[in-house]
Amino acid sequence: MSIFRILATKPWERNEASLGDLHGGGELSLPTQKIGLFVFLSVVTVLFGLIAAANVMRMKFGDWQPLTDPQMLWVNTGVLAFSSLALQWASVSARRQNLKGLKIGFFLGGVLAVAFLAGQILVWRNLIDSGHVVLGNSANGFFYMITAIHGLHLLGGLWAWGKSAVRIGRGVEIRELRLGVELCTLYWHFLLLVWLGMFALLLRT
Amino acid sequence: MAYVAPAEVDDIELHDPQSFITKYIWSQDHKVIALQYAATAIGIGLVALVLSLLMRLQLGFPGTFSFIDPSSYYQFVTMHGMIMVIYLLTALFLGGFGNYLIPLMCGARDMVFPYVNMLSYWLYLVAVLVLVASFFVPGGPTGAGWTLYPPQVILQGTPGHDWGIILMLVSLIIFIVAFTMGGLNYVTTVLQARTRGMTLMRMPLSVWGIFMATILALLAFPALFVSAVMLLLDRTLGTSFFMPAIISMGETLDYGGGNPLLFQHLFWFFGHPEVYIVALPAFGIVSDLLSVHARKNIFGYRMMVWAIVAIGVLSFVVWAHHMYVSGMNPLFGFFFATTTLIIAVPTAIKVYNWVLTLWRGDIHLTVPMLFAIAFILTFVVGGLTGLFLGNVVVDVPLSDTYFVVAHFHMVMGVAPILVVFGAIYHWYPKITGRMLNDAMGKFHFWVTFLGTYAIYFPMHYLGFVGVPRRYYSIEGTDFIPASAVTLNQSITIAAFIVGVVQILFIYNLIWSYFKGKPSGPNPWKATSLEWQTPQTPPVHGNWGPNRPLVYRWAYDYSVPGAAQDYLPQTMSPDDPIVGGHLGRGDEKDHHS
Repeated sequence: MSIFRILATKPWERNEASLGDLHGGGELSLPTQKIGLFVFLSVVTVLFGLIAAANVMRMKFGDWQPLTDPQMLWVNTGVLAFSSLALQWASVSARRQNLKGLKIGFFLGGVLAVAFLAGQILVWRNLIDSGHVVLGNSANGFFYMITAIHGLHLLGGLWAWGKSAVRIGRGVEIRELRLGVELCTLYWHFLLLVWLGMFALLLRT
Repeated sequence: MAYVAPAEVDDIELHDPQSFITKYIWSQDHKVIALQYAATAIGIGLVALVLSLLMRLQLGFPGTFSFIDPSSYYQFVTMHGMIMVIYLLTALFLGGFGNYLIPLMCGARDMVFPYVNMLSYWLYLVAVLVLVASFFVPGGPTGAGWTLYPPQVILQGTPGHDWGIILMLVSLIIFIVAFTMGGLNYVTTVLQARTRGMTLMRMPLSVWGIFMATILALLAFPALFVSAVMLLLDRTLGTSFFMPAIISMGETLDYGGGNPLLFQHLFWFFGHPEVYIVALPAFGIVSDLLSVHARKNIFGYRMMVWAIVAIGVLSFVVWAHHMYVSGMNPLFGFFFATTTLIIAVPTAIKVYNWVLTLWRGDIHLTVPMLFAIAFILTFVVGGLTGLFLGNVVVDVPLSDTYFVVAHFHMVMGVAPILVVFGAIYHWYPKITGRMLNDAMGKFHFWVTFLGTYAIYFPMHYLGFVGVPRRYYSIEGTDFIPASAVTLNQSITIAAFIVGVVQILFIYNLIWSYFKGKPSGPNPWKATSLEWQTPQTPPVHGNWGPNRPLVYRWAYDYSVPGAAQDYLPQTMSPDDPIVGGHLGRGDEKDHHS
């Protein structure tokens, strides 16, 4: 039932008893954990949306000195995209009951994510070495903050990934692994999207 | 119309507590977490109450108390505001009442992610402890005003600019993480864990209010999170997100290129929804109190739900009405004045519906009902002054005067707190199995209600004569008449009377826990699910072997033809008590 139909029901009327009693508890047929994740993702979307908005607002002022885009960010972006792709492979394998594919995809995804984080830290070090400090330049400040917050979110994802990895290592049945793998995959895709958005923002400046 | 049996709902796994520690301290039970949240929030709220009394001492009797210097006065103001808005009201309504009521009112056994829920409380406690710690660091807590506007917030001369502000921002960041954990639970539980037959439109309005407020909070707190992180970076690492090039005390600082107005936009993008994060649960709860104690169904249930949703949506497009004097583009001001006036429409619908619920009801002037009616009066006063301040041309001269102080204390200070009191008097019997003492309750009500009017009503006049807010002292200002000074004294005396009577309330909570009259499971003869639990107070898992079945909405009071004046949500249409009107009656044969 659409949300408008629901909001239009008149619970005090007599025939509502027959309509409403069909209700089976969950409003959506997705697993509860997935809904929890969706709610969380919407919170994170607002978070990055606001940072982007603040960045754009600040860019409009005349004294904005944009960062020269480090070439290495392109490499990192590719690594993150492959990380996401590997997890997608794990997810598909889980659906097809292919344990081997699941394992390879899942571990590859995690390793690539760690590589992405290491790459980001390298970019930071290079920037700091070449004198891009945060003092007196908002563009640099925004860059460091965005990459840091994005990295922290990925780190949180790696914690959940680690929990699933332990379960895979313990030889838990594939049926019970599936949800965890799918949630990781969803989260990775989301963080990839966020990163692409943020990267585009950096390129625009 | 055929009658269909409610569909099956999967039960969730419960983690039964094993020992005292898992039962009462590291508990995953929503009811214990709710009480932990409530106790912590009320505890820190009492600190804020004491701070407000200290402020009043200075305002009523300037210069008499040597321990209140300008710095400490600003620290009292700042911490009072921040604690009351975030650490008391937000935490108490969502963490306290949300945790307690959502699973019970929806017929769930617990929140859907009990472990995350437990984590939410403990992180909230850490946030409170960090906040309290800021009282003890060198320089004391921040005194920048609860809005924490840069650049002054981190400049020399603002109290607490070195340590206090850092702890304040860290505490806010922890609070937001804690709240997000709780908020995920509240939203997902309402969506997914309702019992059989509990459709969205059968939920009590308390759940609707808390549900919508949680969504608002989840979407608004990120703005505070971003501004807190950026301000913290400005303060600690020397970034210039908000700090412009500035000369402070003859010294050119390293900052440059920051935009203070950006902070105001981010802050109020959170700050205005925050008003409704506090108000919507109060709206919901007060609707239920009025309906139960007037023995009448809530007037216009659908309208009430729509209004809650509409207010929730609109609250995100009014934030800049806090910034009319900030120097932003004046055209913005007209846009935000328009949206601000539009949001008065759903709010007014709610007020009319509350009044119409009372009309020809069987009004029982119990203590919860007294508080609920007092809420309507107070909220109308605060809401009407909101219409004044929502208009740019009226706001500009009144901005930063006591008129604003009177407005927001009436509308989001006193009004929600009255609901908090009403709700505690209402649900205390379910939480403890005993009634709160009625005589003490009535005394507490009348002193609090009349006392808060004695405090805030005169402030409107202070505002009109131009007494500015946030001033440590108004001595030596020619335009302020002597009567303003005596008025300030009387306000201070009223504030102390109201403050002291809260001790009686706390005493009542403790005394009644041991000596109160046993309440039985449903002392108010209410219909909603929390009153139908097999045990009072409800045990872990809430419902015994079977979760309840819901056959009707939560407002079947005084139903014509029924044998008693309330029909619990669990009462089947087959029950002889129901009688003809809402029963299946002649349609029995359709049922197989």
